[in-house]
Amino acid sequence: MSFQPTSELEAEVSELISHYPVKRAASLMVLHAIQEQFGWISSDAVQWTAKKLELQPINVFEILTFYPMLRQEPQGKYAIKVCRTLSCALGGAYELHQHFCAKLGLDAHKHGPQTTKDGKFTVEFVECLASCGTAPVMMVGEKFYEGVSHQKADEIVGGCQ
Amino acid sequence: MSTAATTETKPAAPAIEKIKVKVDGREIEVPRLIADWSGKLTPTTMIQACELAKTDVPHYCWHPKLPISGNCRMCLVEFGTPALGPDRKPVMNPDGTPKIAKSPRPAIACATPISPGMEIYTKTPAVKQMREGVLESLLINHPLDCPICDQAGECKLQEYSVDYGQSQSRFVEAKVHKPKAVDLGPRIMLDAERCILCTRCIRFTRDVAHDDALGIINRGSYNTIATFPGMPFDNNYTLNTVDVCPVGALTSKDFRFQMRAWFLKETKSVCTSCATGCSILIGSREEKIYRYTPRDNDAVNASWMCDAGRLNYKWIGRADRLKDVLVRGQKSTWTAALNEVSDKLKQAPAGSVAIIASARQTNEELWLLSKLKAKLGAVSDSIARIGAADKLLVCDDKNPNFNGARLTGMCFTEAGINLAQIANGIEQGKITTLIVFGENLVKHGVSAKVLGEKETISEVVEQHSLTAELLAKLDTLIVSDILPNETTKLAHYVLPGCAHAEKRGTFTNTDGRVQKFMKAVEAPGDARAEWEFLHDLVHNVTGQNRFVTIEGLFNQMAKEVSAFNGLTWQALGDTGVTVQI
Repeated sequence: MSFQPTSELEAEVSELISHYPVKRAASLMVLHAIQEQFGWISSDAVQWTAKKLELQPINVFEILTFYPMLRQEPQGKYAIKVCRTLSCALGGAYELHQHFCAKLGLDAHKHGPQTTKDGKFTVEFVECLASCGTAPVMMVGEKFYEGVSHQKADEIVGGCQ
Repeated sequence: MSTAATTETKPAAPAIEKIKVKVDGREIEVPRLIADWSGKLTPTTMIQACELAKTDVPHYCWHPKLPISGNCRMCLVEFGTPALGPDRKPVMNPDGTPKIAKSPRPAIACATPISPGMEIYTKTPAVKQMREGVLESLLINHPLDCPICDQAGECKLQEYSVDYGQSQSRFVEAKVHKPKAVDLGPRIMLDAERCILCTRCIRFTRDVAHDDALGIINRGSYNTIATFPGMPFDNNYTLNTVDVCPVGALTSKDFRFQMRAWFLKETKSVCTSCATGCSILIGSREEKIYRYTPRDNDAVNASWMCDAGRLNYKWIGRADRLKDVLVRGQKSTWTAALNEVSDKLKQAPAGSVAIIASARQTNEELWLLSKLKAKLGAVSDSIARIGAADKLLVCDDKNPNFNGARLTGMCFTEAGINLAQIANGIEQGKITTLIVFGENLVKHGVSAKVLGEKETISEVVEQHSLTAELLAKLDTLIVSDILPNETTKLAHYVLPGCAHAEKRGTFTNTDGRVQKFMKAVEAPGDARAEWEFLHDLVHNVTGQNRFVTIEGLFNQMAKEVSAFNGLTWQALGDTGVTVQI
């Protein structure tokens, strides 16, 4: 198996598993831990997880495909998440998303997260980021931006090195 | 050896308390506990009570041999329980009957246990409306491609659409499109658009076949049955998922697009691929077999069968089947050949005849051969076929009727122990006549060719010294077989026989279950059922009465073979009778 977990990850996963009465219950937390470290969850990582939890790979794969937040593909260095829930949708979230896609050469009509060819940016819609008064809002990685105009968007992209 | 024959496989369970419930106003008594899918006693559910009351409750995800899932909602029913007053005593109607408090909400019949005095309503307008609603919801994204769907004719969606469906869909939006013709494994194809996500296949492979290979991936409308990428669905029981699939989502690669289900004639039969003897249905049309499907038999195979056994039917329709009676290589007739053989056998000095029977023959045929054996003072034996067993159904004995051969006295506790004696007899010229039924002796003698043969799925490990050179020494070699082989080439008399699908008879399985099987298709050419010409032969040689029917033959055998005492053809029923072995 080509998935090479670090010793910290191994320790973290063992710790996580010990929190639950049955190993299977730790599935989601283990997947989060892997994603935290690698940015995405490969097929090999799923098999490694299944082995750790004494499950079949399909059991883990079911969870992985259920949650959009769990990635089956590597993400860009900068993850641009544009809120599209009601307030932001009314405040121009779709136009903002379109703007990012046009700027980065992505197809705005495609479903799901999209990554630029150079692997630098991933653009996707997300649901409510809990700042409805300052729509449209977005995140880049863990950083939060409010009231994002197209000009501000260009600055944000420009600031990503 | 005890001669008792019983229809029960297990000792009677301790008495279970019975409780009274009403199904659509009709009171019935049902046991409080009932065996669930795994045979464990669990509280009886409403759907089981309705089944006992012979009231049909439509369902998709519930299957008597699978764990309860309760996801399809088709079995929703209304119900009520006796009302209790503040004193926790039942409230009575003025006429003295208990007052029933009708539940404000419906319940799924498959997962709701019954309680004493419960009333179940399966025919109310509300229930009808719920079924219509559930069905409409299930059909929203269904492609409605029945004309090209293999399941058509045996599809629950179709059946319930007749009862609860609408003639026109109200759905005007775009349907969700999901993957079609998905290769799940070497024998299974999935059409995700037809799937109603009842999870029967997942539960079957996880809980019955113990290969947790299937799951539901993605989310919401895009839910689909899948395997883990790169891990094909490939165990020896995958084709059972096609049977349990209530719709056309899972199809057998072997059967899909071959024949419409309603054209198939279904014949009750028994699988011959190993000594388990699973009860099966043979689906045939115009003398061609299209598929085997398992038939419910709780004493043998529940509702399942293995893939290897299921697909082991094609040899029956092979073009090179033995179709002609041959006398020294020349085409002949049954009358001429049987007369010649009878004369030879009548003149044969005692001890000069050996019989090698096959444990793939029926009880009746083996018994007739045992008559010949007794008359001629012949040495007899059979050929063992040993392969791999599994924990579910597959038996390591690949002969369907070794117990039959043993009980009729054609072989001993171990097949093959007399073969060396027969070989020596031929070598020394003591045995000059050899009767062989359904076994290719030369193949068994020459090990290199064993694995090359694709005639059966069994791996033959039995080796002995009956070589072609040895067989050439015989004065008379009488061979009956179904397919041509090295032994039939050497034979002086070739008597073409029938596959089990082409005749009637009984097998005794590894546990002593005697099961009968029916004729599905006609034998090709001049081939005749072995029991038919064997009773002629036995009549000619021993003077015993002929049996015109298999029933008479079986009943006579049951009288004469101690293990079968007390059995009758009729009493075997569809699922057979277990005898002491």
